[in-house]
Amino acid sequence: MWDYSDKVKEHFFKPKNAGAVVDANAIGEVGSISCGDALRLTLKVNPETEIIEESGFQTFGCGSAIASSSVLTEIIKGMTIDEALKVTNQDIANELDGLPPEKMHCSVMGREALQAAVANYRGVEWKDDHEEGALICKCFAIDAVMIEEMIWANKLRTVEDVTNFTKAGGGCAACHEDIEAILEKVLAEKGEKFDATVSTAPVEKTEVEKVKTPLTSVQRIKKIEEVLNSLRPQLMADGGDVELVEVVGNTVYVNMTGACNGCQMAAMTIAGIQQRLMEVLGEFLRVVPASEMKKLVNIEGAGHA
Amino acid sequence: MPDIYLDNNATTKVDPAVVDVMIPFFLEQYGNPSSIHKFADGVAKALKKARGQVQELIGAEHDSEIIFTSCGTESDSTAILSAIKAQPNRKEIITTMVEHPAILNLCENLEKEGYTIHRLPVDKCGRLNIEAYKKMLSDQVAIVSVMWANNETGTIFPVVEMAEMANAAGVMFHTDAVQAVGKIPMMLQDTKIDMLSISGHKLHAPKGIGVLYLRRGTRYRPLLRGGHQERGRRAGTENTASIVGLGKACEMAMEHMEYENVQVKAMRDRLERGIIEEIPHSFITGDLNNRLPNTTDIAFEYIEGEAILMLLNKAGIAASSGSACTSGSLEPSHVMRAMQIPYTAAHGTIRFSFSRYNTMSEVDEVLKVMPDIVAVLRKLSPYWDSQNNIPVANPEAAFTPTFK
Repeated sequence: MWDYSDKVKEHFFKPKNAGAVVDANAIGEVGSISCGDALRLTLKVNPETEIIEESGFQTFGCGSAIASSSVLTEIIKGMTIDEALKVTNQDIANELDGLPPEKMHCSVMGREALQAAVANYRGVEWKDDHEEGALICKCFAIDAVMIEEMIWANKLRTVEDVTNFTKAGGGCAACHEDIEAILEKVLAEKGEKFDATVSTAPVEKTEVEKVKTPLTSVQRIKKIEEVLNSLRPQLMADGGDVELVEVVGNTVYVNMTGACNGCQMAAMTIAGIQQRLMEVLGEFLRVVPASEMKKLVNIEGAGHA
Repeated sequence: MPDIYLDNNATTKVDPAVVDVMIPFFLEQYGNPSSIHKFADGVAKALKKARGQVQELIGAEHDSEIIFTSCGTESDSTAILSAIKAQPNRKEIITTMVEHPAILNLCENLEKEGYTIHRLPVDKCGRLNIEAYKKMLSDQVAIVSVMWANNETGTIFPVVEMAEMANAAGVMFHTDAVQAVGKIPMMLQDTKIDMLSISGHKLHAPKGIGVLYLRRGTRYRPLLRGGHQERGRRAGTENTASIVGLGKACEMAMEHMEYENVQVKAMRDRLERGIIEEIPHSFITGDLNNRLPNTTDIAFEYIEGEAILMLLNKAGIAASSGSACTSGSLEPSHVMRAMQIPYTAAHGTIRFSFSRYNTMSEVDEVLKVMPDIVAVLRKLSPYWDSQNNIPVANPEAAFTPTFK
């Protein structure tokens, strides 16, 4: 059985706001019975203040789907719709004291239903921007469709590339065989051949050129520092720290110290830092422990030669 | 009321009598059966006795046809990989769409290596099309592997007839019988089955012990090579305590065969009848006239299996589900999909599987709580009209999500 938090159990066994709101003026429906998850969110929004006065849910789904729906209706009650739109799936998961990775899509469904309901209220069409495929990486909840799209869009060639771009495979590594199979399939569709022995990714120049606001190298390093600083409190709470050592091309070398150093979670922490850096700087960056600096610099040097 | 365990197709409680016979092999007779000293004295003899007890339960002709393995999955892998290694020119395998992952995932992997896998479909009651099977048999087929009974629905397949047909076509036949052994009588010496897999923990022996039955004269290649154990057919020091335990469990299964097929079946029948009568929009899946006596798989429409299991668990009742969510995948069980159970029901299937440890009063307890559990979840479901207590008209159309 899943390791559900007490909060999840509480919201599952005693769901809040179950059922449809009478006189709802915002309705959002996501999922379908064939997917095994479906959620209808009904809201009563005050047209004057745009405050969500009542919220209700009807859910076909597993324990965490019902709990996510229940907690969502509690979170958004009393918010304006603009405030409600800022609620992320992570907020929903946090409010439940976390969800198992395989169940994170339940919180995503909650956020999507909310967006759909607001779109319905405003009379606009809401389009979902992702299609769900078979779950590949259970550590980070990444599905096959997402991986395929990233391979196509970013010309990825190795499992390491896929991990760098999607986080998939960055945790327990159990899905590496599946990722290889996807690479093989997509590369075959592109008329290329998957070669498991290629160890480093040929980083596409176009990726780098795509950066919208070019930074000077000083600005860039400052920005990277800024991101690391923002993450520092979180790391220190776990008894660790991170230090920027060097930036070479798109590789950011860091020292993980304290509890982070050698900790099993270091790889995951690094993946998290990398994700955040990429989001802020808008470019592809690879975060690597400084201990690997020499080795990687050599390989990169060889690659550019 | 103490907790009620109705998940015996997943695994079973080790019978206390089985534990008793095992303990001396941990604490006293712990010698390696290959050794020549008093710590090993009785061990080889005990293994021989256990081999005989397994032989008796499945009706094998010789006790040397029993090879002890670590689990049902190892037995399955050994059987199939042996068949293709021994017959390198045969590049096809016949199996079914409803096999256990131990067979399906292995076959999928072999497919990548260039093997052609024929997966027999089933009808809506989970039955195989024997005519279609007959046409697939050829001298290209290395092995047929068909389960004796399905783990989810309990549906029994005509493996004895299918083995005859394979034999007539000169094709090896394997059956994954982990759910069937101990629940239905079998006499392998009268069949053409070449290989058969047993899993100890499905019949009140411990986990980590299995058997591959290998008919004398069947061409064979070991999976594990090394020492001379199991006559060189499965290297590795024998799991002596577990083997002795499995022997005892087989002996007890033999003794309880009638009980299983009369009393246990009566409990199962009463549970499923009670549920179908009490709960609208529920139905039993599989071949109702041809099932294991201990298994029932019931679909509850418009609700989801994991949610049902969580409420059952809260009521102290253990069962399992073919829903997507319990496995972490997004699709309901391959067995439900193969039987074309509609999605409105496939996500809400619950399997109750009994053993000789269950009682009629436990059945009554389940019948007492089940209607409320279903009602609570249907009340939450967007596909259920709570006011009229019926499904919404045309559920697929009534619910129009912005995307699917």
